[in-house]
Amino acid sequence: MTIALETRGLEKSFGGLRVTRDLSLRVMQGARHALIGPNGAGKTTVINQLTGVLTPNSGRILLEGHDITDLSVHKRVLRGLSRTFQINQLYADLTPLETIGLAVSERMGRGGDWWRRMGTRDDVNAEIAEILARFHLLDVMTELTSTLPYGKQRLLEIAVAIAAKPRVLLLDEPAAGVPESERHDILAVVAALPRDVTVLLIEHDMDLVFSFADRISVLVNGGLLTEGAPDEVARDPQVRAVYLGEAADA
Amino acid sequence: MSALSDVSTHAMATARWRISEVAFWVLALACAFLFPSRYLIMTDIVRLGLFALSLDLILGYAGIVSLGHAAFFGAGAYSAGLLALHGIINEPVIALVAAGLVAAVLGFLTSFLVIRGVDLTRLMVTLGIALLLEALAERFSDITGGTDGLQGIEMQPILGLFAFDMFGKTGFFYSLIVLFILFLLARRVVHSPFGLSLRAIRNNPLRAAAIGVPVNRRLIAVYTLAAFYAGIAGALFTQTTALASLDVFSFERSADLMLVLVIGGTGYLYGGLIGAVVFKMLQELFQSLTPQYWLFWIGLVLVVIVMVGRARIHRWVLFVPNLIIRQVAGRKAAVAVPEGDAS
Repeated sequence: MTIALETRGLEKSFGGLRVTRDLSLRVMQGARHALIGPNGAGKTTVINQLTGVLTPNSGRILLEGHDITDLSVHKRVLRGLSRTFQINQLYADLTPLETIGLAVSERMGRGGDWWRRMGTRDDVNAEIAEILARFHLLDVMTELTSTLPYGKQRLLEIAVAIAAKPRVLLLDEPAAGVPESERHDILAVVAALPRDVTVLLIEHDMDLVFSFADRISVLVNGGLLTEGAPDEVARDPQVRAVYLGEAADA
Repeated sequence: MSALSDVSTHAMATARWRISEVAFWVLALACAFLFPSRYLIMTDIVRLGLFALSLDLILGYAGIVSLGHAAFFGAGAYSAGLLALHGIINEPVIALVAAGLVAAVLGFLTSFLVIRGVDLTRLMVTLGIALLLEALAERFSDITGGTDGLQGIEMQPILGLFAFDMFGKTGFFYSLIVLFILFLLARRVVHSPFGLSLRAIRNNPLRAAAIGVPVNRRLIAVYTLAAFYAGIAGALFTQTTALASLDVFSFERSADLMLVLVIGGTGYLYGGLIGAVVFKMLQELFQSLTPQYWLFWIGLVLVVIVMVGRARIHRWVLFVPNLIIRQVAGRKAAVAVPEGDAS
C-alpha cells in the first residue's frame, strides 16, 4: 500500500498558541480516513495547511511522495488534492452549470482560454453533464446558485471538488447543516465516491464517521491522540474520555 | 445524450446575441445619420463608453475597484499625442494600437500592486498611481508640454484615406468602429472560460483557488487588458481632438467613470455604454438648464439611483420596450438586464 497524503512533524502557531503540534499523519491510497476531534482541536487549521491556505511553521506535507509544502493553493489542486468546505464556498451569481464548467475547464488546462466560448468543447460538456447527473443537479443547472435549496448547494459543494478529479479528496463535514430529509442524498453521494479516490473526512457526526471510515485519527489540542481502525478507536478509553464522552454530553 | 446536449445548449446560451443587442448597435449607427450636427458630443459618448467598458472588465467581472483608471487613459492619450507630434507613427490606427500597448504595459506593471489587498487598498493604490502620473507629466514638461499640454498635433488621414474633418464626422465613425471591434473582443472574452474564471474570482476568490484557478495570474491578465482598452480610449481622445493635456490623468475623469458604471450597471458589458449615453445627456441637459449648478443635479441623480436601486429603475425603464417586444415578437422580452452589480 502506498501513502497518498502524508504530513511530517507539522507545526503551526498563531502567536503563542500552538494549534498544530508535531503532527505526523499518513493517509493510505484508497483509504476512507477520518480525522476527528473535539471543537478547537485544530482540524480546520490542519486542512488549511494541507490545501495551502496556511503555511506551516515547520514540517512537510507530501502528496503521493512529492513535497507540496511550498506549492500554492491552485497548484495543489492541479496535482490532485481537492477539498470541500464545511461552510459552503460557492459562487452566488453563477449557475451550477457554470460552476462545474469552470472547474472542469481549469482541470483540463483550458481555464485561461479567452477566445473559445463556453459550451463549444464536447469533452468538457460531456464531463459537466456526467457530474451534474451524478450529483442530481441537472434539473437546476441554469438556476443561480444563491437560489438553490441548501441541500442542492451542499451537493454542488461536493460536486465542484469532484470536478477537479482529485486523487485525494478532503471532505470537511460534508453533511453539516443539511436537513434530515436531504441528508440521504449527501451520504449516498459520499458513499459512492470511486474507490481510487483517497478520502480524508473531517467530521463531527459519529454515525457518519463510523459507517464510512476504515481508519480514524483522533486530534486533540493540535496533536495526534491515537489512530486506528474504527472499533479500536471506539474502545480506546482516552478517546472516550476526551471526545466521545464530550460528544455524548453535547 | 439528452443531458449532454442540454449542457452544451445552456452553456452556449449566455453567449448568444439577443435582439436587444442587435437593436442597440443598429440604433448607435442610426444616430450617426440622425444627428449629423452632433458628431462631437457623440464622439465624446463613444469614447467614454469605451473607457467605461474598460473599467467594467475589471470591476464588473473581476471585482477590482479603481479610482485611478485615468492613469491608463492618460498614458494612451499622451502616447498617441507624442507619436503624432514627432511623426514617429503617422498612421492613426497603428498609432492607436501602439498607444494602447503602452497603456497595457503600464497596466501590467502596476497590476502587481493592485491585485494584492482588499477594496480600500485598491482604491488608494489606483488613485495614487494616477496622481503620480499626473505629477510626472507636469514635471517633465519638456516632453509633455506641462500645463499647456501637447500643442500642434496634426493627425494624418486614417489608413491614408480618411482625413479628420472639422465637423468630427470621420472622428465619430472611427471611434464607433474602434468601440465596436473592442466590444466584440470583450464580449468574446467574458463568455470564455477565462471570463467565467474572473466572475468566479469576484464571487469567491477562496473557492476559485480551491478549484485550481490561478487567481493572481488571471487578475493580472484582465487588468492588463483593461489598461489596453483605457489606453485606446485615451488615444482616441487625442486623435479626435488633437489635444492632450494634464487633465487626461485627472481624478475627476476616474471618478466620472465610476458614475457612468453606477448609472449603467456592471457585469454585462452594456452598462458602460448605456451609462455613458445617460451620463453625457444628463450633463448636457443640466448644463443647459443651470450652467453653474449642473453638478448639483448630477449628484442628486446619483443619490436617487443608489437609493432606489438600479435593478428597479431598469425594470421601470424597460417596461414599455418589453411590452412592445412581447406584443410584436410574441415572445419573452430579452432586453438586457444587468447580471451582476458592483458590490
